Amino acid sequence: MVRFILRRAALGLLVALTVMTLAFMLTRLSGDLAISIAGPNASQTDIEIIRKAYGLDRPVIVQFLSWIGRAMVGDLGESFFFKDKVTNLIAARMPITMTLGLIGLGLALMISIPLGTLAALRESTWIDRAVTIVTMIGQAMPSFWFGLILMITFGLTLGWLPISGTGSWQHFVMPGVVLALTATPALTRLTRSGMIEAISSDYIRTARAKGLSRASIVFKHALRNAAIPVVSIAAVQLGFMLGGSIVVETVFALHGVGFLGWESITKNDFPVVQGVVLVFAVIYVGLTMLADIFNALLDPRIRST
Amino acid sequence: MSIAVSTPAAPRAWTLRIRNAGFVFGVVICGVVMFAALFGNALIPHDPFTQNLNNRLAPPFWMDGTQSAHLLGTDQLGRDYLARLVYGARISLLIGLTTMIVSGLIGTTIGTMGGYFGGIVDDIVLFLITCRLSIPVVLVALAVVGLLGSSLTLVISTLGLLLWDRFAVVARSTTMQVRSLDYVSAAVCAGSSTPRLLFREILPNIAPHLAVVATLEIALAILLEAALSFLGLGVPQPLPSWGLMIAEGKDYMFFSPWVIMIPGVTLFMFVMGVNFVGDGLRSLLGAEQPR
Repeated sequence: MVRFILRRAALGLLVALTVMTLAFMLTRLSGDLAISIAGPNASQTDIEIIRKAYGLDRPVIVQFLSWIGRAMVGDLGESFFFKDKVTNLIAARMPITMTLGLIGLGLALMISIPLGTLAALRESTWIDRAVTIVTMIGQAMPSFWFGLILMITFGLTLGWLPISGTGSWQHFVMPGVVLALTATPALTRLTRSGMIEAISSDYIRTARAKGLSRASIVFKHALRNAAIPVVSIAAVQLGFMLGGSIVVETVFALHGVGFLGWESITKNDFPVVQGVVLVFAVIYVGLTMLADIFNALLDPRIRST
Repeated sequence: MSIAVSTPAAPRAWTLRIRNAGFVFGVVICGVVMFAALFGNALIPHDPFTQNLNNRLAPPFWMDGTQSAHLLGTDQLGRDYLARLVYGARISLLIGLTTMIVSGLIGTTIGTMGGYFGGIVDDIVLFLITCRLSIPVVLVALAVVGLLGSSLTLVISTLGLLLWDRFAVVARSTTMQVRSLDYVSAAVCAGSSTPRLLFREILPNIAPHLAVVATLEIALAILLEAALSFLGLGVPQPLPSWGLMIAEGKDYMFFSPWVIMIPGVTLFMFVMGVNFVGDGLRSLLGAEQPR
């Protein structure tokens, strides 16, 4: 088990390094960063001053290695626009994004587990088909547009919820629902297929032969086994949702990490963009690693591969 | 990752009928959008780019004060909304199809390699897929467009380079399965070359699975383009992308909700139509989703 965890951690580190390289290359795409930072009206001397001040006069490989080296010890550089450390900026906004992500995931699980179970128990009936159609509707809904409709309906017409901002828990309701929508279809389908597999397995046949009640079979035996893949995919989905929070946070003007990323992109603030991409990627790598280890703990067969 | 081989309970006749109805629904919607994209602007007497500031936000046909010349009203700059909507179909379709082709080529190549050669090649392929999945797509796509300036080609190439993961996963697992089948072994014994095996034996047999993935990717690319354009870093103005139309209408949505409803419902219906086609293809071609 220790070997499995170590190997998994080494892979995670390798993935993180690759993504760091990509994030660095990404911000160098535009060519000369000093010119874009200085703005259209800058003189040649201004550009030279900026180039020196941000260390952009050094060879690219030196810039890259120094960025990697400092990122390793938790220093992601300084923002051009906010004049603050990138780590401080992200840390200050992370609680909002995390709250949003966890609300979204919680809601998504609350919808998808009952729906998926129901569809599996009534496989190949109109109920199963209806659940499939509901997931297809959820999948086709553009999340930003769904957010705007919620705003018009619950913010303006009914006046139940605040339209944008971060002041109270009510501010997280609509964004949470929108974010939940992005994860619900996948989780529902996974619960459904997991349950179908569990129901047709030998131990369920045994339980049935022993004369256990239907409720006990479904909830105590089948659901518990079907939940294992769902829990690990839920961790992965949380990673996707945090990465996707940029759309939801921008629509509802929630000042989380996603919003910070969008703001920095529009302001050409490349240390922040690099930092946000890296942080989201590292969170995703960490979550998938935890899910894999969790799975291996529950199912010894996985460890040997 | 392996292909589920569980045999589902035989669907009853009328659930099949619902499924077929869904497929027909999907095909009709895609057909309408394709027709609109190809011929729409030739049939509508208005130009999607001509502004008329004296006639801004004219309401659509189901509301009071509508103008018979503008069936779906006009936008905040007095441009005909129907003409813009129809032109938007062209953009969505173009982005969906080209992104699917680019990501399909990348993903299928990578995935088939991993599934066919196995060993260290497969390890590298799995590593590439893991790396790709850990990249936050929307953020990176926004950053690329933000740094390089928005253009249609850039949006397409960025999405194409980012969305190949599902193609790779499915191509890899289906290739692995097909490779172990008897007729492939027979072809190997008969002395077939590797390219012949890949193109004549493997690819035709994994194609149905890839076709289903293709529809999913078209839908995903269209949704992502709309989101990027909505955030102001996708298709450049004044091109009428549906996402951009929603973004432009956002400032007026509390007084005239129809400005975001018309492009939003169109986008939603089209993506759903594509998904229904994919769902129908899956049962028609017998390609149940692997995993």
